[in-house]
Amino acid sequence: MSAPNCLVANDWICAEYLRTRREELTDALVQHIGLTAASVVIALLVAVPLALLVRARPRLAAPVLGLTTLLYTVPSLAMFSLLLPVFGLSSALVVTGLVLYALTILVRNTLAGLEAVPVETREAARGLGFGPWRLLWQVELPLALPVLMAGLRMATVSTIALTTIGSVVGRGGLGNLIEDALPTFFKAQVLAASVLCVLLAVTADLLLLGVQRLLTPWSRAQGAPGGG
Amino acid sequence: MGVVTDAWAWLTTGAHWTGEEGVAARLAEHAYVSLLALLIAGAVALPLGLWLGHVGRGGALAVNVSNVGRAVPVFAVLALFMVSPLRNAGYVPTVTALVLFAVPPLLTNAYVGVREVDRAAVRAARGMGMTGGQVFRRVELPLAAPVVMTGIRSAAVQVVATATIAAMVGQGGLGRIITAGFALYDTAQVVAGAVLVALLALLVEGVLIGLDRLLVPRAPRPPRT
Repeated sequence: MSAPNCLVANDWICAEYLRTRREELTDALVQHIGLTAASVVIALLVAVPLALLVRARPRLAAPVLGLTTLLYTVPSLAMFSLLLPVFGLSSALVVTGLVLYALTILVRNTLAGLEAVPVETREAARGLGFGPWRLLWQVELPLALPVLMAGLRMATVSTIALTTIGSVVGRGGLGNLIEDALPTFFKAQVLAASVLCVLLAVTADLLLLGVQRLLTPWSRAQGAPGGG
Repeated sequence: MGVVTDAWAWLTTGAHWTGEEGVAARLAEHAYVSLLALLIAGAVALPLGLWLGHVGRGGALAVNVSNVGRAVPVFAVLALFMVSPLRNAGYVPTVTALVLFAVPPLLTNAYVGVREVDRAAVRAARGMGMTGGQVFRRVELPLAAPVVMTGIRSAAVQVVATATIAAMVGQGGLGRIITAGFALYDTAQVVAGAVLVALLALLVEGVLIGLDRLLVPRAPRPPRT
């Protein structure tokens, strides 16, 4: 009934828990964000060159796309376990596993974005004397950005959810809190960590949507009413 | 290399396959909860998705439900079930969680599949005097079949993969071999379990690709010119 007793009564929602364990919650959240950010950034750094390579050598498309899809099929608990002999119980293990999952989404979307650039636009840029690098940086990548960003958002959101499984090796961010609370059926902790996880995913998605708006001002201008 | 041979030795030890917590029993549990969840999810999501696609309504719902699904951690959902009274209900927590995660791909693909059928074909069928039901059965359904099958495939693979997570909250399935290995600090068992789970996921994917090829009518290839 009164607030301080909710820890004893094992209520689902407990302000006392949030207040007394703030530090624990913040640490788990920071670890969660760190693991997710590292995984998505590394996956992006691998996926974009891979997509460019596949586009330049279409013969590589089938093996690269096939392999990343195959990796995506492997269940996450199995993936982390299979990497265990290589990395031991470390953050590197969790990040590697998460990178492998994010790759599938990112490679596909980068490729789809680049392929959606109209041939005429590319020809026009070449006609204006654009070299291959300038063509890529100033024409193709900006035009591919909406599809690429859609992939990045999808990859980020699913990586945030998957990070919880890292708790199997003790590196799961908010997942650790969930796992710790299970044996004692500590409801407030399971609910708080789960809700934080979903809130984190929603926040990250909105942030990336904001970044996409900032990076592609032209798509907004097009839709604006009264625009010339 | 040592780990691989150790894992192989673990897998080829007959004693690990028998008994209440052996591989065979875990495999049966895994297959049972996966199949049950897939059947329930299919019975709910496929008719609903196909119907929404046929009448052309509820598109936002059908598409958004899959995006929301991606943001929710399976582990968190299962853990929430396990700290609720549901924990005493046998396989119910696992099956419920699996159904929740299988519905989005089934619903979205069924809706999108029917929705994306060439409108000209639908109008032509109507022009020939077909009723709504006939249009659905003889035009929309066959043309939507490839997309619907893709949805079934991804749902099935997702269910088999997700059933592994059930072990982390103490429910049954092949994942238990992995978590038991962690508890015993037995890396060989962890890797053996992971290999079994990965093989099962790939097997399911392979079988469904095969079924897809057999069942779904293909458009005739354009003649070479």
